[in-house]
Amino acid sequence: MSKEKHHPMESWLRMDRIPHIWCPGCGIGTTLTAVIAALEKIEVNPDEVCVVSGIGCTGRAAGYLKFDSFHTTHGRAIPFATGIKLANPKLKVMVISGDGDLVAIGGNHFVHAARRNIDLTVICVNNFIYAMTGGQVAPTTPLTAYSTTSPYGNFEPPANIPRLAEAAGAVYVARWTALHIRRLTKSIVEAIQKPGFSVVEVISPCAQYYSRINRLGDGLDMMKFYHQNSLIKHMEPTENLDIQYQEQIIVGKFVDRERVPFTELQKEGCN
Amino acid sequence: MTAEPKGVLTGTHELSGSQACAEGALAAGCRFLCVYPIVPAKDVSERFFARAKEVGATFVQMEDEISALAVVLGASWTGKKSMTVTSGPGFSLMMEHVGLGVMLETPCVIIDIQRVGPSEGLPNSPSQGDIMQARWGSHGDYEVIALSPNSPQEMFNLTIKAFNLSEKYRTPVMIMSDAAVARMKEEVIIPPANQIKIEPRRYFKGPKEKYLPYKWEEDLVPPMVNIGEGYRFHVTGLTHNEKGYPVMSDECQELNVHRLVNKIRRNAEKIVEVEENKTDDAEIIVVSYGITSKVALKAVDQARKNGIKVGHLRLITVWPFPDKRIRELAKRTRGFVVPEMNYGQIAFELERCSHGEANVAFVHCKGKEVDDLKNIFHAIRNLLTEKTGREEIIEYRNE
Repeated sequence: MSKEKHHPMESWLRMDRIPHIWCPGCGIGTTLTAVIAALEKIEVNPDEVCVVSGIGCTGRAAGYLKFDSFHTTHGRAIPFATGIKLANPKLKVMVISGDGDLVAIGGNHFVHAARRNIDLTVICVNNFIYAMTGGQVAPTTPLTAYSTTSPYGNFEPPANIPRLAEAAGAVYVARWTALHIRRLTKSIVEAIQKPGFSVVEVISPCAQYYSRINRLGDGLDMMKFYHQNSLIKHMEPTENLDIQYQEQIIVGKFVDRERVPFTELQKEGCN
Repeated sequence: MTAEPKGVLTGTHELSGSQACAEGALAAGCRFLCVYPIVPAKDVSERFFARAKEVGATFVQMEDEISALAVVLGASWTGKKSMTVTSGPGFSLMMEHVGLGVMLETPCVIIDIQRVGPSEGLPNSPSQGDIMQARWGSHGDYEVIALSPNSPQEMFNLTIKAFNLSEKYRTPVMIMSDAAVARMKEEVIIPPANQIKIEPRRYFKGPKEKYLPYKWEEDLVPPMVNIGEGYRFHVTGLTHNEKGYPVMSDECQELNVHRLVNKIRRNAEKIVEVEENKTDDAEIIVVSYGITSKVALKAVDQARKNGIKVGHLRLITVWPFPDKRIRELAKRTRGFVVPEMNYGQIAFELERCSHGEANVAFVHCKGKEVDDLKNIFHAIRNLLTEKTGREEIIEYRNE
């Protein structure tokens, strides 16, 4: 018998929960790989990492990562994580969730956590659609794109997540696609190390719902599209980061600034 | 275990119910408060905020009540005793996380200073309209613990009790107060720290690799661990197994929710607390809770003076309900009079528990003492002459 093969990231994963629920061609798995690679790089004590997720496809991320991890309610991962961070500021608290969870139902919490500058690292996987519920229009669905609830093409202007994050007060904002594994990993490293509210948006293929209803091919085709249409433009003003249907996607690091994190202000405010 | 002296303001103080509640929380070891501003609950948080610095407590004001309770749940998992305070509309918003708190089995305390609803209602007026929401407000099946104080002293005592129960049974515990008790001022005796009994969190003591977040002990309550201690556990609001992992099956749902319900139901006898007064020979028993118990007692005294054998039962725990005791009393009394500052919530529970063996008369109270007293007295007298076996709850008015 051949020797049992081990996944190189096994010690970071709950192997007793593998196989995961994500569809073939989905970008959440590669995002998690980048998260783990980033944590390996900064040599963080895994016992002091806490991951909080909301609900949805990306919401399942917390359940596969071998840290203290919470799978909470829809949209409320950020406040749940805020409670953890404020009650024990020593912890490195990450929120990994989807665009619908963080920007629609959790939009208010996203804005106010950024404003307060709570020291959290938010990984927002943006697949342009509500996938767990079967492909409804999301706050990020590009104009004219089809979904089960935009059967004539989407007419709702979509959110520009980096712009929202910057305007609300995030200290670090980057966007990559699930194809840009190394650059994404580097951004996650920077985001974790940055004191304050940092946001990394990951444009991710939904090969099951978004691509099927819009006839964009499979996961690989979407990755090829990212390859041909992503343009790296660091420090591009976030107002230029709107995403149009099947057009160029500007990626890079857009915000990296200093603001005193909430826990520091709180200490000062109380003394 | 007794209270940490740092949080205990030993002595006799003139305090409002709200202030006494904040002191009770600090005495109980609460070191984390998260709220969204609302009338009339704001008085509790303002007292807590003012005392936070000297006690070493953390507080934060969120963008809404949904997030306020989410923050409290997160904080509790770090080992800090945590609480939130709200009123009517905020209580409605919190229901989502009452469910998560129950499902994750997270100890915490929710103070509801009830005001008149529905919707915005009368923000400054007392009410008991949230009693059933406390019991059933979040979706799905679960059991809660809710207490109903009727004085500032009880606001202090029961807030400590709420924290103790929440740790003992690993569940959110509610204090169902109201604007009247919250604003009432009286002398509150705060005992020395070593006389305040504190229920410590039940921590897992075995080896780290053996820890299962939902492996319960004899009383159906699983021991807990804190975030950041190397257990690297996972918990979810989805139906889950002992490991805390989601399992999408009816069998797991049965196992999971059966226990969540039973850990309260099977321990109900230990949790339930009522105060009885002259119920031994009573033909009629007035059942009340919270602020209405004050006027109910007066009505009972008045009836006794008129030669009517009336007793009084006060619910100190509203949930779980004292089913067994009510059933016993129903067998030997003619009826229950239930004054409430709502349109009949606990009155229905009395009907349920009395199994048709006693009449139930509901009295709608408005918080105007003279009117309420008259109406309760009127209901007592009428119930004595009513035929038994009535199927509807009758509302008595002195009209």
